[in-house]
Amino acid sequence: MRHPIDRREFLRLAGLGGVVFASSLGTAGCAGTMSTAKDGGYDDFYFVQLSDSHWGFEGPPNPDAKGTLKKAVAAVNSLSEPPDFIVFTGDLTHTTDDPKVRRQRLAQFKEIVGELKVKDVRFMPGENDASLDRGEAYQEFFGKTYYTFDHKGVHFIAVDNVSDPRALIGDEQLQWLAADLKQQPQDANIVVLTHRPLFDLYPQWDWATRDGAKAIDLLMPHSNVTVFYGHIHQEHHKMTGHIAHHAAKGLMFPLPVAGSQPQRTPLPWDPAQPYRGLGFRDIEAEAKKAEFKLTELPVQKA
Amino acid sequence: MQTKRRRFTLALGGLLLGAGTIGLRAAAQPKEQVIKILARRFTYSPNQLTLKKGIPVVLELTTADVLMGFNAPDFQARADIIPGQVAIVRLVPDKVGTFTFLCDVFCGSGHESMSGTITVVA
Ligand SMILES: [Cu+2]
Ligand SMILES: [Fe+2]
Repeated sequence: MRHPIDRREFLRLAGLGGVVFASSLGTAGCAGTMSTAKDGGYDDFYFVQLSDSHWGFEGPPNPDAKGTLKKAVAAVNSLSEPPDFIVFTGDLTHTTDDPKVRRQRLAQFKEIVGELKVKDVRFMPGENDASLDRGEAYQEFFGKTYYTFDHKGVHFIAVDNVSDPRALIGDEQLQWLAADLKQQPQDANIVVLTHRPLFDLYPQWDWATRDGAKAIDLLMPHSNVTVFYGHIHQEHHKMTGHIAHHAAKGLMFPLPVAGSQPQRTPLPWDPAQPYRGLGFRDIEAEAKKAEFKLTELPVQKA
Repeated sequence: MQTKRRRFTLALGGLLLGAGTIGLRAAAQPKEQVIKILARRFTYSPNQLTLKKGIPVVLELTTADVLMGFNAPDFQARADIIPGQVAIVRLVPDKVGTFTFLCDVFCGSGHESMSGTITVVA
């Protein structure tokens, strides 16, 4: 039996160069399994995750610091089929001790991503945006730092683990999370969006959330939970029990694999492969199956 | 005697850490070594500690400016360093090698490089 062409296959056939298939969870191999699709298309959808654009950063790790985010915006705008919505999982701007400069960077960032053709864009802060003023400037531009929304049968929860500089979600927000989860059926399709890893990825580099285990405990009773986050500027896939955690690439500089070098310094820019290690992802949601297919995309077409 | 030691810790820093328990378990061990560490944006001094395996250490941490963290994940020893207070971290160097400690409270532009090493020798 022939497999019908799914949307991702379509993207590839449509000549969107440089598509890299996320295979760490072995899902890429089953791209053709949607054999029950009816005439007239699918009831699934897709969204795009961008992360760690660090607007305002300057330095050798990215000689195109002022151009990379714009290229990513153009790349998203040129996707053959527009996503239903876009999420930014934090570190929109690079940190600064000056509250005025922080606001300038947030304003410039907002202006640049205002060029996105898809207007449904959800933001989250990273520690670079929010940890020095407990999210005050961030909220002036983007509103609440934790919230929920629903889309085609999927329940999205944005969790803030950065406004407290100690990398705490905090009891107040955890109570809010518990109350929200109570409203959800046990088998609801739940997606958590956050900046830092909720599990201890590598605390030696601050790749953790101090009370992240409490959030995971609250999520555990739910059978369909997937977490998308940023912070570590590279792809990473990890299971805690049945919960999948997917870290996204950044859009300013890639960071080394945990513990692969003594310091957590950015990987050097490679002139032979500009924008290497940077990118964003396309997340295909099949609401009925509570399954996500990840496709990693480059900032620039090859 | 162990209980007394515990109270003493509380009185000193107002902070009893997870590492305290480790300290208690090792209470029969030889005398503790006390090391004072001063944190300031974005360094610790000293930032390189050499410890002897099996000799428990008491770190007395203070900050010269803002709220800081001290975290040595390999020894499950951490504390918030609150301005004007002495934070106490008890640590038992139970393995040989070089390990990272870091500031895990975001303290400004430069925070990412605020770390040090603990070298444990046999
Ligand atoms: Cu971050
Ligand atoms: Fe970042």
